[in-house]
Amino acid sequence: MKLSLGPLLYYWPKQTTEDFYQQALNSDADIIYLGETVCSKRRELKARDWISLAKALSNQGKEIVLSSMALLEAPSEVKVLKQLCENGELSVEANDIGAIQLLSEKKVPFVCGPAINCYNAHVLKLFVNQGMQRWVMPVELSRDWLQKALVDAQAMGIREYFEVEVFAHGHIPLAYSARCFTARSENKAKDDCELCCIKYPQGRITSTQEGQQVFVLNGIQTQSGYCYNLLNDVESMQGLVDVIRVSPSSLDSLTTLQQFKQQILGDPQIIKHDNLQCNGYWHQIAGLSLQQ
Amino acid sequence: MELLCPAGSLPALKTAIDCGADAVYVGLKDDTNARHFAGLNFNDKKLAKGAQYVRDHDKHLHVAINTFAHPGEQKRWFNAVDKCVDLGANAAIIADIATLDYAVNKYPELELHLSVQASATNTAAIDFYQKNFNIKRVVLPRVLSIHQVKQLSRNTDVDLEVFAFGSLCIMAEGRCYLSSYFTGESPNTVGACSPAKYVRWQETENGLESRLNNILIDRYQADEKAGYPTLCKGKFTVDDQLYHALEEPTSLNTLSMIPELMETGITSVKIEGRQRSPAYVEQITRVWRAAIDSYQQAPQGYQVKKDWDAVLANVSEGSQTTLGAYHRDWQ
Repeated sequence: MKLSLGPLLYYWPKQTTEDFYQQALNSDADIIYLGETVCSKRRELKARDWISLAKALSNQGKEIVLSSMALLEAPSEVKVLKQLCENGELSVEANDIGAIQLLSEKKVPFVCGPAINCYNAHVLKLFVNQGMQRWVMPVELSRDWLQKALVDAQAMGIREYFEVEVFAHGHIPLAYSARCFTARSENKAKDDCELCCIKYPQGRITSTQEGQQVFVLNGIQTQSGYCYNLLNDVESMQGLVDVIRVSPSSLDSLTTLQQFKQQILGDPQIIKHDNLQCNGYWHQIAGLSLQQ
Repeated sequence: MELLCPAGSLPALKTAIDCGADAVYVGLKDDTNARHFAGLNFNDKKLAKGAQYVRDHDKHLHVAINTFAHPGEQKRWFNAVDKCVDLGANAAIIADIATLDYAVNKYPELELHLSVQASATNTAAIDFYQKNFNIKRVVLPRVLSIHQVKQLSRNTDVDLEVFAFGSLCIMAEGRCYLSSYFTGESPNTVGACSPAKYVRWQETENGLESRLNNILIDRYQADEKAGYPTLCKGKFTVDDQLYHALEEPTSLNTLSMIPELMETGITSVKIEGRQRSPAYVEQITRVWRAAIDSYQQAPQGYQVKKDWDAVLANVSEGSQTTLGAYHRDWQ
């Protein structure tokens, strides 16, 4: 099993972002995804900066993949997507079906990202024919669902044509909206947001009136309130999962990669999760549940 | 511009047709559609009757097959397409790529509409579905501003259908997993958001509490009107500030936009609410029929009538309405 560092979902200053990726080069990640996937107004790094950062990081022992935006509404956003797809060198993680259209037209191999509705082997087959090399399963699906989809994929003779990646650690991207919830939390309109996401490098915690942490607001994206953590589930991924994804939240994520590495290589240890972590989706129960 | 109304039951279907709908959309009695609620939708017998009623009145029938096929159980989704064809429905509204692929290969003549659950919001995505599955129409997610809808209509020759009225989904449809995060069940997987079986109401000393799978969604004082605990419309705290962090209980209402939608060349306006009663369908259909007719008779003089708004407010969530994402200020 390989390890990946998912695209940075938060909005960090340019220098912080570049420093982070320099450190990531020395981490246990085999694959690094990078690019803005949440909001086109976040331009500390513009598309061409992401592309050049990605190119600078390549050929240093890691597979580098450019990640595309999940929610594309304006023609200008499709234009940026084209720029990514035409980078001429690196493969792309498609997070909207529009990206698959552009990439398959150009015959550029792609990763099907978690924000694309691919729920069964028929869809996998179609995507394989269009150039998909890796499938990041939708975040709400379970081990059981994955296993069934892969049994079908085997029967259809396509299992060996793609890798399977699972979102395994971090606050889960759960929804995308036209509305910016971070701007709303500051009583600002989206068109007048002053890029306030940059003040919240790990998003804004949102709780019920009883203090239960239910969401993390990250611009137009709503994330899980709890941190998804499949460290204790690595053994159950054997034979099904090829790549384990850690979603970056800070330099601590690089330590998390190390922990996953130990779980893969050594005797898997059972780690006690605190009550702000969850693993429900993998176990086919409510996402926020924790099965110890 | 077609007026497309919801029908969760045979009485609702007849009411919609009788009150002026040009077309109705329905779902089968299983998890192949995104309003999979107890007591709702059509078994084979009811569906045959409904289809006949629509045909007798020379109107159109659309069948929603808009959840995602489970691995190993694709047959249920494919059978739904077969049924749709056997009935002689005018169109199938499909979200899942596997189901679209089946439909276009087996029934090249069947008119395919891309469900809002497929979440196609841009020209490249629409291209994908048009080139691969020859879709005739796309139902646009409720995340686009009217400006963005206009841009799309200029850049595609696929027909556009937009949501005109009803409960407001504020996330890009088909890509929202909030419901399964709280309950394990989502629109994509089981065909329901914030399913009723997880809802609990409780009188406490803090007021009336609504919970979803035991998670507190909202708390109401005696003078406040309580609403269904759809989880994105609850009251939450961000840094000690208590407010509707995502959205207030409110409904989408675009009566005032009819002239703009017409001029944009929108093919169809969709009314949300297959889960609502025939009485709701009657009121909404009458108002929208009157509004569209009024515009068509005298486009220049079109004005939203006060009594239309009053009727719509009465059947809206929280008794309030919004233009939603169509209006930039909402975003």
